[in-house]
Amino acid sequence: MPSAINSSQTALSKLEVFILGAIGATAFLGIWLAVSISGYLPRQFLPSPLEVLARAYHLLTSPFAGATLPVHLARSLERYAYGVVLAAAVGVPLGLAMGWFRWLDDLVTPVFDGLRFIAPIAWVPFAALWFGTGIGGPIMIIFSGAFPPCLISAYRGARFVDQKYIEVAQMLGTSNLRTITEVLLPASFPSIVAGLRVGAGLGWQSLVGAELIVASAGVGYMMVQGQSNISTPTVMAGMLAIGLVGLLIDVALRQMEASVRRRRGLA
Amino acid sequence: MSAIVFENVYRHFTRDGKSFPALEGIHLAVADKEVVALVGPSGCGKTTCLRLAAGFEVPTKGRVMVGAQPVQGPGPDRAVVFQQFALFPWKNVEDDIAFGLRNQRAPALARRERVSAVINLMGLEGYETAYPHQLSGGMQQRVAIARAYVLDPEALLMDEPFGALDAQTRIVMQEELVRIARVNPRTVLFITHAVDEAVYLADRVAVMTRRPGRIKEILDIRHVRNTERWNDRERIEDVMDLESFVHLRTHIWRSLREEKIGAAP
Repeated sequence: MPSAINSSQTALSKLEVFILGAIGATAFLGIWLAVSISGYLPRQFLPSPLEVLARAYHLLTSPFAGATLPVHLARSLERYAYGVVLAAAVGVPLGLAMGWFRWLDDLVTPVFDGLRFIAPIAWVPFAALWFGTGIGGPIMIIFSGAFPPCLISAYRGARFVDQKYIEVAQMLGTSNLRTITEVLLPASFPSIVAGLRVGAGLGWQSLVGAELIVASAGVGYMMVQGQSNISTPTVMAGMLAIGLVGLLIDVALRQMEASVRRRRGLA
Repeated sequence: MSAIVFENVYRHFTRDGKSFPALEGIHLAVADKEVVALVGPSGCGKTTCLRLAAGFEVPTKGRVMVGAQPVQGPGPDRAVVFQQFALFPWKNVEDDIAFGLRNQRAPALARRERVSAVINLMGLEGYETAYPHQLSGGMQQRVAIARAYVLDPEALLMDEPFGALDAQTRIVMQEELVRIARVNPRTVLFITHAVDEAVYLADRVAVMTRRPGRIKEILDIRHVRNTERWNDRERIEDVMDLESFVHLRTHIWRSLREEKIGAAP
């Protein structure tokens, strides 16, 4: 029960939360609209929200920088999927194994800790040198964003698994491989799904950086082209698309996380 | 031949650089197919004894043998039933029970037969595909016991097997265990807080001193049980009313109470 003594911490009803959220969003859009039509700033710097929406709508059907917005998005999602799936496919098994074999933990952790603070955007020049404009560059950059949370969540899940499950597995004479796949993996599953959600978000955030070095299509590429043409609405329409798709990805993974927790009887 | 033997077992724990004795010279031999209960005041090292036999811990001095082999790490020849059941939340009843058999690479058909036999024995028919969170505490404990039984272990080690159950379920499970032990006798070492439970279930009851734990006395229940025909009575309360039962229970209680009073600062 929230305490009523401190009114600033009193929980609000769902309706109140919704109304406050709507007020915040309306205020944001209203200020934006007011500033853009007031004429204080040049139009090309700050188009109104309506202009951005109209531009986005226009881009749905008419091509810019060689493709329509859906086609750009599809190409982006393709690179993104490769990067994130690769990050999960490497990060989760490696993290689990590190959580089980102490020597592997000691072997990998210094290298991992040394590399993981290099932001995805910092990989861009290196990736460009390696892969040129091929698909490898963006995949590498998205991977660099999505990989650490995948590895860390699996590692934490395995490392801090309830000791009693380990003891049961040992008592039942379970091999290392089966302990990892049938005890550590399912025991860490809620943690792993949470890590995948964070990784998927960071991977998506790395997308534009990844597409700075792409020469064909993609939302990031479209935005860079919009910038060269001094088309601020195009740039902002790209931002809108990235924000919306990122939100959708997060909602989908949130649902998955909730259903995992429900099936496990956790929530 | 003894199935479980503690030979002058010492166990010390170190905390903050200091050494604390938990067990001091435990001598105990559990015979083949015998059921021995370990009772003692809280913190006397009962659980440590069980964990030594299970292989989760190693003695500081002395040795623990199971089936004439020194214990070296946990293994399926010494099945443990944990107080908090410790069922895998992600496995259904059938898969949880079959887990240990799959480690032994038993052929699928033989495995299914053994699993379904144990499911019948434990009265778990119809719950094969249920998950732990869908089961009551009593049913979860049945699964935990089934998971141990199915391995056909040299010894069953039970850590307060009914401690987490409500009073009524506890009685049902105690009666069940007696029934199962008749069908399928096993070597059992179990820990309990409940003196009633120890006297009702065990062939012998070993009373431990307060920490550092030693075996204070061992009471043989079998003679009284046989001459007073406890086994002819179906219900636990019928046995518990018997003068012979009350006598033993009171004796153990007094013995434990001495330890607790002695422990007070």
